[in-house]
Amino acid sequence: MIEIKDLNKSYVMGKNSLHVLKGINLKIKEGELVAIMGSSGSGKSTLLNIIGMLDNYDTGSYHLDNVTIKDLDETKAAKYRNKFLGFVFQSFNLINYKTAIENIALPLYYQGIASKERQTIALDYLDKVGLKDWAGHLPSELSGGQKQRVAIARALASKPKVLLADEPTGALDSVTSDEVMELIIQINKEGKTILVVTHEQEVANMCNRIITLKDGVIMTDVKTK
Amino acid sequence: MIFSKDSWKEIFDTIKKNKLRTFLSGFTVAIGIFIFIVLFGFGNGLQNSFAEFFVDDKVNTIRIYPSSTTLPYRGYESNRRIEFTNQDLIEIKENFNNEVEDIVVRNTFYNQIKYKEKSNQYQVRAVSPGHREAENTILMSGRYLHEGDIEQRKKYAVIGRLVAQDLFDGKDPIGEYIFGSDHSWRVIGVFQDEGGDREERMLYVPYTAMQEIQKNSDKINQMIVIYNAEMTYDESLLLEKKLEMYIKNKKVISPDDNRGVYISNTGEQLENSNNFASVLQIVVTFIGIGTLIAGIIGISNIMVFVVKERTKELGIRKAIGATPNSIILMILQESIFITTISGYAGLITAMITLKIIGNNLQEKYFISNPYIASSDALFATLILILFGAIAGYIPARKAANIKPIIALRDK
Ligand SMILES: Nc1ncnc2c1ncn2[C@@H]1O[C@H](COP(=O)(O)OP(=O)(O)OP(=O)(O)O)[C@@H](O)[C@H]1O
Ligand SMILES: [Mg+2]
Repeated sequence: MIEIKDLNKSYVMGKNSLHVLKGINLKIKEGELVAIMGSSGSGKSTLLNIIGMLDNYDTGSYHLDNVTIKDLDETKAAKYRNKFLGFVFQSFNLINYKTAIENIALPLYYQGIASKERQTIALDYLDKVGLKDWAGHLPSELSGGQKQRVAIARALASKPKVLLADEPTGALDSVTSDEVMELIIQINKEGKTILVVTHEQEVANMCNRIITLKDGVIMTDVKTK
Repeated sequence: MIFSKDSWKEIFDTIKKNKLRTFLSGFTVAIGIFIFIVLFGFGNGLQNSFAEFFVDDKVNTIRIYPSSTTLPYRGYESNRRIEFTNQDLIEIKENFNNEVEDIVVRNTFYNQIKYKEKSNQYQVRAVSPGHREAENTILMSGRYLHEGDIEQRKKYAVIGRLVAQDLFDGKDPIGEYIFGSDHSWRVIGVFQDEGGDREERMLYVPYTAMQEIQKNSDKINQMIVIYNAEMTYDESLLLEKKLEMYIKNKKVISPDDNRGVYISNTGEQLENSNNFASVLQIVVTFIGIGTLIAGIIGISNIMVFVVKERTKELGIRKAIGATPNSIILMILQESIFITTISGYAGLITAMITLKIIGNNLQEKYFISNPYIASSDALFATLILILFGAIAGYIPARKAANIKPIIALRDK
């Protein structure tokens, strides 16, 4: 599903250049649930953003579902993101003036799906994350765990091939963290490929594979189950 | 899906749920249009008043006033009082027969005029019939003086609207007798004048009758030459010069004397007033353009603010599949929609305001009938909408091309 070879990424700031990812090699098969760990600043988010086409890389290669991903313009990137990827962020990133169901329906709007159908699909996913009764609520009326579950539902609504989650439990207490992780595991069991960036060992332990980054290099890559 | 029903739904949704933002940008546009139209209307109103002042008197006239000489000449001492007589009038008329339509007499007096118990001081103008044309006097009832009245020295008076109002209390004045100190006039007509109240507190009487009352004097105070309306301004200046030379020669006034006889050409006034009107026009246009620019700057600021406020939202939209074009389109569609609706609202309100103001500001501020041509108003509205769109487009394009990670960065 994901194939990365010798990938390098530097951030250039004025005269200084920061080499963040130094020759990453990575293969992720369909249906895997992978945790990416590492200390702060090790390049976890950078790697996830490149996989998610939110950022470009410098050298190496990246294939997603056998499509070469390199230097995409914003229009193409937007289309691929919509087709291949679902995002879950630490800070939820729900649109604050849209209700739960409207947030979930939004990626479907950009896929050109008709309004009625969007409603049905969105409600289905809301049901799936256990928030059917909260459809008409604004994000500000939801708890952190609920917001994250809405965000997960939104990420799933466009039927992506890969779900990318950057510290999805970072802003949640341990109980709600567990709930969200259980939801992620359940979605993975239904066949979705999922990458989770985290610095919590318990969260990582729930995944089938843990990749550890250090200073932009993969230190360990272990299968847990 | 560019202008689909769906994208409109999405926009209405955004507008509905961001009322303050919508209100702010809409209000700026509406206020911009409103101020522009009202100011522009006022400017036009000023010009209207101005035009009214100057259409009052006939413009193709040359006024001749006798005065005192300031230079000695051909044995005469200086400071000699010049006076015209009926004979002078006849001779000037004969001499300038071809260039001149009429030479009107105007001798001005101030008399106490009495009707029954009421009496008042009025200006009495002893005139010849041509004065009606020279002064654009409008007859309300009865008739004006005619040549027969002059020849027969009839003691007739045509009185101003306000004289009639003062003395007659709504009673029909025609046929009534009014009294000067030792003489009486029979009222034969009532007039009005667009030159204002002062011009309607006057009486016109035959100059010959007045001369008779003044112990058979044959003096003439002021002559008003009405020249051919087809004459150009330069031709009228030439006529003015010729008249001056003729009169100075006739009355033995030094050609170098600036006084003795004073000649003024209303054509000259017209030229001046035309210049003033065009200055006024420039000022009005300037104010209009100024408000419009202020409006455009206002909208641009609001648009930059709106887009900035939405940066994160736009980043989210992009992360879940919005293309840059769809983002730009969404912002544009929204801003054009808001500016069109509120621009139209501002336009209508301003037009209604001008209607309501109407002539209420005429007395104090010389703004009569403020108006704006609907084409001008529409043009200004379209300009604002267009610039609103451009003002929205630039930040929208910038926002649409920001990488989602940057837009989504917390902070
Ligand atoms: N847009 C950017 N411009 C410049 N430097 C960046 C940028 N994004 C990240 N960095 C730097 O790259 C390095 C890796 O950042 P990254 O966000 O990938 O780390 P991370 O492993 O996700 O850390 P954390 O656990 O704190 O989220 C850091 O030193 C960071 O300061
Ligand atoms: Mg990170």
